[in-house]
Amino acid sequence: MNGEPLVRWDWLFAHLGPIGDRVGQHLYLATIAVGIGFGISFVLAALSIRRRRLFPLITIVATGLYAIPSFAMFAALVAVTGITTLTAEIPLVLYTLVLFIPNIVAGFDAVPADVLEAADGLGYTAGERWWRVELPLAVPLVVAGLRLATVSTIGLVTVSAILGDSFGGLGYYILDGYQRHFTTEILVGGLLSIGLAALADFGCVLLQRFLTPWAAARAAVR
Amino acid sequence: MQQVQDPLGESRAAVRGSSRVPGSSGAASLEFRGVSKRYGSATGSGGAVNDLSFVVPAGAICVLVGPSGCGKTTSLKMVNRLIEPSSGQILIDGVDVGTEDVTALRRRIGYVIQQVGLFPHLTVGRNVAVVPALVGWSGERQRARTRELLSMVGLDPDRYADRYPAQLSGGERQRVGVARALAADPLLMLMDEPFAAVDPIVRERLQDEFLRLQRELAKTILFVTHDVDEAIKMGDLIAVLAEGGRLAQFGPPDEILAHPASDFVARFVGQDRGLKRLSLRTVADLRVEPIGEREGLPAFPPATTLRDALSILLAADTRGGVVLGNEGKPRGLVTVDAIASALADDAGGAART
Repeated sequence: MNGEPLVRWDWLFAHLGPIGDRVGQHLYLATIAVGIGFGISFVLAALSIRRRRLFPLITIVATGLYAIPSFAMFAALVAVTGITTLTAEIPLVLYTLVLFIPNIVAGFDAVPADVLEAADGLGYTAGERWWRVELPLAVPLVVAGLRLATVSTIGLVTVSAILGDSFGGLGYYILDGYQRHFTTEILVGGLLSIGLAALADFGCVLLQRFLTPWAAARAAVR
Repeated sequence: MQQVQDPLGESRAAVRGSSRVPGSSGAASLEFRGVSKRYGSATGSGGAVNDLSFVVPAGAICVLVGPSGCGKTTSLKMVNRLIEPSSGQILIDGVDVGTEDVTALRRRIGYVIQQVGLFPHLTVGRNVAVVPALVGWSGERQRARTRELLSMVGLDPDRYADRYPAQLSGGERQRVGVARALAADPLLMLMDEPFAAVDPIVRERLQDEFLRLQRELAKTILFVTHDVDEAIKMGDLIAVLAEGGRLAQFGPPDEILAHPASDFVARFVGQDRGLKRLSLRTVADLRVEPIGEREGLPAFPPATTLRDALSILLAADTRGGVVLGNEGKPRGLVTVDAIASALADDAGGAART
């Protein structure tokens, strides 16, 4: 273009502090969205398991929400909730539902019927059965949902940069770089966001190994 | 139809009861009193139970056997109240199970199912210890009990306690299932086709080992199977159920084979019921003749069943075989005629009045 190098390392080293702050904000926005999304999804999944007829309905609504372009949803919410963290979080939370709910439901569905029968017959109360048998056995698929939701949310956080300088995490650099035709900023924002997603995914895998040592034993046999 | 006195009299159950292992709290009697379970017509009549009454004395194995849909499993599950009866009572040591706290009741009853239902996320040791853990035993007592039980069912605790169920063979899983059911020393065990999911060779070994274990433990056991041969082998008492959940006959295996109460029972136990009766007896029970020339005759250790002895005699086409005593010394001669008359003698003695 104008003889600029692809990456201006001097800019990068001069902005390490602010970049670190943006990484922190990025993780903050993503963590809140995944946490709240997980909570809401868990309740809706539990409802779907109890009342099976609600499951298709809930899935359709969650899928419908996911179909709304993120730009449009952020913009439309500004009219309702203003330029606030809430405006940034609502779309991020809603987009996690379709990733979490089917996985949580599948996780509980995957608990073998003979295991549940044995638990009842041996004298587990309903609560003990849920905590000590159903929940642990649902973990692999629940964590599969968590991985999807985490990676997806970390990517989407960048879009919230359109709400202004105090949002977007690393997305701020992508938008700023685009507006100023400054490639270094775009690369820093984009690559670091991808790196965060990869790290978070790896973290989920470690979490799963920690929570389900038995699944590794099963995989080794097959 | 059936009387409700102890139908075993001075039978195997009483003998078993005399040789209890230390630390075993013994066994309870079990009674079905007019128990029925009706299902709505929408679900069909499969699994319904119709006015079931019988008594299992403490320490006996009672096998529920019958064609599919005859209510065997329903009957079993009404004992630990996984299914509630529509009417009638089930009593354990005279106490109506319907009046007890359902969780406490289940923890006092051992439960073994066909698919085993081991918890895949718990090690073998922790699977065995689930009921002790639920009722609040100390960790040390749980571990000691787990090791004891794993050894009892033939699994080395050092090798198996820390494995996961996925790392076991089908037969090993069934053993763990039995150990788990025995963990809190229940007075009563419910076993729903416990050996049906393994291959015939493993099944036979598990049956033999379980019978040996039961000789020491003397638990009261309600055992469901669809397999007549297994019923005859495992049962001190057999309850034959017909479709619709009616009790077609109740009694010791030999009586059911010798005197089927109806065409249904006769057909169900099979044309070969005479041969099956032979499998209930061993050559040790036989009166033997003096041995003459024993050159070339087959020899039978005392535990040989009459069915096997007959089969060997027919195949070898000899006039008789040598019955060995306990030290392997020849005790006398057995012939095809002697085997045939053994059944005739018994049939005379056991004939109904």
